[in-house]
Amino acid sequence: MEKTPVLTSQSAAIARPSVAHHKKRRFSWDKMWSFLTLVPSLAAVLIFVYGFLGWTGYVSFTKWNSILPDYQLWGFKNYQILFQDYRFQSDLRNLLFFTVFFILACMVVGLFLAVLVDQKIKGENIFRNIFLFPMALSFIVTGVVWQWLLNPKTGVNLIFEALGASHPPAWYTSTRIVPSFHVGQIQFGLPIAMIAVLIASVWQMSGFAMALYLSGLRAVPEEIKEAAHVDGANGWKTFWRIVFPQLRPVTVTVVIILVQSSMKTFDLVYAMTGPGNGYVTDLPSLDMFTTTFQANQYAQGSAIAIVMFVLMMIFVIPYLWNSLRKEGQ
Amino acid sequence: MKKKYLSIAGGAVLALGVVTACGSPSNNTGSNGSASGSASTTSNQVQIFSWWTAGGEANGLNALIKTFNKEYPHEKIVNEAVAGGGGSNAKAVLASRMQAGDPPETFQVHAGQELMAWVNAGKMQPLDSLYKSMGLNKVIPAAIINDLSKNGHVYAVPVDVGRGNVLWYNPAVLKKYHLTPPKTMSQFISELKTLKAKGVTPLAYGDKDQLGSVMLWENVLLATMGPQNYDKLWQGKLSFNNPQVKQATNTFLELLQYTNSNHSALTWDEADQMVADGSAAFNLMGDWAKAYFQSKGLKEGSQFGWTAFPGTNNDFEYVIDSFGLPKGAKNPTGAMDFLKLVASKQGQDEFNPLKGSIPPRTDANVNLFDTYSKEAMSDFKKDSLVPSLANGEAANPAFETAATQAVTMLISTKNVNEFVSALNTAAEENPLS
Repeated sequence: MEKTPVLTSQSAAIARPSVAHHKKRRFSWDKMWSFLTLVPSLAAVLIFVYGFLGWTGYVSFTKWNSILPDYQLWGFKNYQILFQDYRFQSDLRNLLFFTVFFILACMVVGLFLAVLVDQKIKGENIFRNIFLFPMALSFIVTGVVWQWLLNPKTGVNLIFEALGASHPPAWYTSTRIVPSFHVGQIQFGLPIAMIAVLIASVWQMSGFAMALYLSGLRAVPEEIKEAAHVDGANGWKTFWRIVFPQLRPVTVTVVIILVQSSMKTFDLVYAMTGPGNGYVTDLPSLDMFTTTFQANQYAQGSAIAIVMFVLMMIFVIPYLWNSLRKEGQ
Repeated sequence: MKKKYLSIAGGAVLALGVVTACGSPSNNTGSNGSASGSASTTSNQVQIFSWWTAGGEANGLNALIKTFNKEYPHEKIVNEAVAGGGGSNAKAVLASRMQAGDPPETFQVHAGQELMAWVNAGKMQPLDSLYKSMGLNKVIPAAIINDLSKNGHVYAVPVDVGRGNVLWYNPAVLKKYHLTPPKTMSQFISELKTLKAKGVTPLAYGDKDQLGSVMLWENVLLATMGPQNYDKLWQGKLSFNNPQVKQATNTFLELLQYTNSNHSALTWDEADQMVADGSAAFNLMGDWAKAYFQSKGLKEGSQFGWTAFPGTNNDFEYVIDSFGLPKGAKNPTGAMDFLKLVASKQGQDEFNPLKGSIPPRTDANVNLFDTYSKEAMSDFKKDSLVPSLANGEAANPAFETAATQAVTMLISTKNVNEFVSALNTAAEENPLS
């Protein structure tokens, strides 16, 4: 993949030699120089990204489940154990609900804020920065702050209690799962505790969605909107029929970036809730950390990492393929 | 920061793996930047690896380091403490360094199976000669030495002893409802009932990091089974199908009815805070909780009280920090010098009063310690000594993680049969010894 640009520029050069110069020489110091400058980063990417990916994949098929490395192959046994595991099954359920609701909420909130900011209001800069600001914080900070805010005994519940609520929400300490039906070893459904994590993560990332949508909105030509206006479309109609369809590419970008950030979520949950009551807020990344570094089950931990990687690829590959194809045109 | 360090450390592990996989014969590749391959010439560094970064523990460590510098001026101590409760982060960093063949000179490790994981992996050097020359066999209880040994060789020196079966209480709350510290499980449960009826949280616990729940379960187990059977369970000589395990688990579930609903939001110290401010009456925690109460300015006896967990009055569930000598340490002489100080009466008397723990040496100077520690020191001499699962002594790390998971699952499902079969599976996959 990294090589493609180099090859195309070479082949392009070969294809039209007559235009440039009469010399048919393939070698030029200029090209050599650009190739040499690329070598270190290419090598680094090959070793530190793809090499280690492959190595992790290899380890996930071995018996290395104690401190002492054991490279005997064990087939799919680690994966088999993993998918029968109560904790990992909970992780997949949580990840599914977390990702879906996180993205939907970020998109809705982000789009809403973008439209508001786009109304050519006074102090637009200030609002934009306020909405973007949470993104500048580390997830650890967000996690700690929301852990306090949503602590059922000391946080916002004190306000609810003062207002007379007798059963304020239990937030991330809740063990309820709705709707709850039995799948594998676990109860399937949205863990209510996840809502607390969702609030924190949407608070942090919706500003980012807003920024992207705002740039998308700005890219819609004024003429089209004016033309719609002249044709008698009201503001609402203009937005849904004219502007919104133009935001499709931005939406795809938002979804892809948020999907991969939600699948990797670790620090937020680590700081805010931990694995939770009966693993209601656990995610594969937390499981991977404990399995690898606390239980020293390296093969098992690698298997979790590979599952996470495959899940992510399911979303990212079609996107990359799509955008590369467009570049090709 | 931490994550970054981990990923770098992890990278180092993997890089080394690749190098070995390629069959490169060169040793000491990369990773150990400063120290050159042949150690003897340059290195006078003594890297001390621990998770003592704050409070009394850090003060204790610093006192040891100060004394060490005075006695061995030519050695240079490097304090490589990694923050994080119970050493969860430190253990991850240590594992990476050990895998990468870049061990510290010595590292903090819980006695028992946590140490044995390293011994079994062939990463530790025996300390038999140190024990002999210092006469440690005479002053450290045999049960403890046994826990630090494999095949007749001893692999670490213990520096402090904590106790895991302590029930902390708020004296004012007990007095208000005319209750006395419970001695038996039935008395305990009836007191919990009374307190619940009065609207006080009877028993606080915090299991955000899952320590509080596993410790509570293992204490009920100890109270139900007694020290002999409890020990046999961890040696793999008794099955988890034993009816006493089920009985204990049912009692554990009964106790949970009297606990705070927000337990999963709290760490152990936040649960102790509930006892400190009187919103809860009891909390089960190791005696490191004493240091927490004292750091809040509470006076022992009058403002916070303690008793052995009901039904474990003659048992001492020990949590022991020890230091060993990893193979491949670049400055083994310096490491041995530090271990000598750690094992000495002087070193232990200096360290333990600051940390709030008691010395494993039975010849320590009792007058240096507070009331709680004096009591603990005399109990340590006469009680049955049993290991803790939650703190790494009783079982290997993989079993411990699986058991922790089973307890977490039990709390949400309340299914005792499922819990027992999860423990059995864990023991099959990670045999206890």
